Amino acid sequence: MHLVLFLIFALFALAGAANLLLQKHPINSALSLIVVMSSLAVLYLLLGAEFLAMAQVIVYAGAIMVLFTFVVMLLNEGREEKTWGSRAARTVGFPAVVVLLATLAAAILRAGRHYGMVSLSDGITTTQDLSKVLFRDLLLPFELTSVLILIAILGAVALARKDDGNA
Amino acid sequence: MTPDILRILPELILTLTGVVVMLTDATLAPRSSRKPLGWLAALGTTIALCASLGQAALPAGTAFYATVQTDAFSAFFHTLICAIVLAAILLSIDALPQHHRGEFFALIVFGAVGMCLLTSAVELLVVFIALEISSISTYVLAGYRKHTAQGPESAIKYFLLGSFATAFLLYGIAMLFGATGTTQIQEIATLLPAARSHTLVILAFALMMVGVLFKVSAAPFHVWTPDVYEGAPTPVVALMSTAPKVAAFALLVRLLYGAFPLLHTLWMPLLWAVAILSMTVGNLAALRQTNAKRMLAYSSIAHAGYLLAALAGVGSQPITAIAFYTAAYAAMNVGIFALLSLVSGPDEHRSQIADYRGVLHQSPLTGGLMLLFLISLIGIPFTGGFFAKFYSFSTAMNGGAAWLVLIGLLNSGIAAAYYLRFAIALAQPAAKNGHAVTLPRWTLATSAAVLAAGAATLVLGIAPGWVLSAATAAAHSFTVIGGL
Repeated sequence: MHLVLFLIFALFALAGAANLLLQKHPINSALSLIVVMSSLAVLYLLLGAEFLAMAQVIVYAGAIMVLFTFVVMLLNEGREEKTWGSRAARTVGFPAVVVLLATLAAAILRAGRHYGMVSLSDGITTTQDLSKVLFRDLLLPFELTSVLILIAILGAVALARKDDGNA
Repeated sequence: MTPDILRILPELILTLTGVVVMLTDATLAPRSSRKPLGWLAALGTTIALCASLGQAALPAGTAFYATVQTDAFSAFFHTLICAIVLAAILLSIDALPQHHRGEFFALIVFGAVGMCLLTSAVELLVVFIALEISSISTYVLAGYRKHTAQGPESAIKYFLLGSFATAFLLYGIAMLFGATGTTQIQEIATLLPAARSHTLVILAFALMMVGVLFKVSAAPFHVWTPDVYEGAPTPVVALMSTAPKVAAFALLVRLLYGAFPLLHTLWMPLLWAVAILSMTVGNLAALRQTNAKRMLAYSSIAHAGYLLAALAGVGSQPITAIAFYTAAYAAMNVGIFALLSLVSGPDEHRSQIADYRGVLHQSPLTGGLMLLFLISLIGIPFTGGFFAKFYSFSTAMNGGAAWLVLIGLLNSGIAAAYYLRFAIALAQPAAKNGHAVTLPRWTLATSAAVLAAGAATLVLGIAPGWVLSAATAAAHSFTVIGGL
């Protein structure tokens, strides 16, 4: 049962990711990304990470993707253009990606033989366990993300604001 | 028992400074001068610099559940990064166009938080977040010349490629967690022999190296450098060609000697190849440049190569050589970019090397200092550049890498050609139909930054003992704690 569900949603995730790249119109790509994010949430659930699955649905498939689609719709950007550079990147890039993925896959398959089955549900999954990790062991990185977010907002404001005209 | 808070004191001071700068910016009248904010940021960075120096006196140890570790190594790099950031802030006070400077100074100071933390982090999650903080601030700073065509291009290119490289690093961290079950650098080192799959460890290592080598702009991950440097404001280039790279080199040393000392036989030949490639590609490409900033961008790629050559050494010597080289490189690179910024003014009307003709006649002080930094970049004795290169190559020689040193020396010869071309342009009389040469405006902030860089270059060349002993202490502390 788990295997069947895994295969279905893994296939969805891969198809969504491929479609994201192949689509010419940004809104279609954004919608494909929602498929990828939601399929990933199901995969997390299958691994027994309920909290992560919910967070994935709410934050990624929900909030972030809504923002994405809104921005794309508001900007009303046109279709992707093909230039000489993009064709060159395509002819070199796709074989390079295939080689890279093949190397990664081979390495992971080789490594996989040394590892047994793992079930995440044995470990930390409840919110209480998570909070222990988040607010004790990883307190510093957790607090640091606030600086990271602050700097991202600051940067967005700095870049998006119009010049005063005296530049 | 040292309180945990003391181990992140410089970062804490920098964060507070950034917040205060941001809030003060909001209270100032829209049209009023933003220069006081620059001085405020400079003051905060100076306090952080003192705190970094103070950290050297603390006993080495970890804090916050073994996520950061302060020792002589982290104190050395903290001090260096704070000094660079201070110089960059001083340069920006007068060199930048009027608008939006409040955010600019806050971004520099927040970026410094990430860079500092990168040198003391021993938990890969902290490494990742610190790297992102430092990167995102530099992406934005690179795009600050919004009214030019190259400004936004530079920021977007840097952002896309940089995020791509960070993704490699993150994937590597995830693989490493899969192989060892931890993301703590010391635990990784102890658990590596027990890792069940050697393939996964090597894969993780390779992916992480892609991420880090991109940040130090070593070939073949260097392609972004010239375009980004050309488009970014010159004071920002002075910062981003040095501080984030210094931090990334510190991270590289932490990873190689802290987490992966067991893979020594694997990474040595790999970094050998990267060093040779960086030197050769950087120098050959620099020969063909006519744009001053692009030429210096390629020269910085070559310097990354000389730096990596030191890793061929044995024992703790390479760490000493790298620490010293980063200090000397920072001094001369900040200096030369500071003067480029000073001579070409806020609108950067001089971009080509030929535009700098006549500078020595117009202003002997400016021209003379530019010559000093160029001489140091070539690596002529009595400058920091010479000693740095000397230590790096002699370390490699001790490690038995004679070929590497030979190629390095040949490369230094090639490099002299393009630096001298720039030096000759400075000494030539100004072109008659060229720009009306305006004398550079020496202000208090700019002169402080330039003279400090010049003094550092000379001190590192004539009396390197003090910095060298600090670098040796840094390397030594590393071997005690890092378990080399």
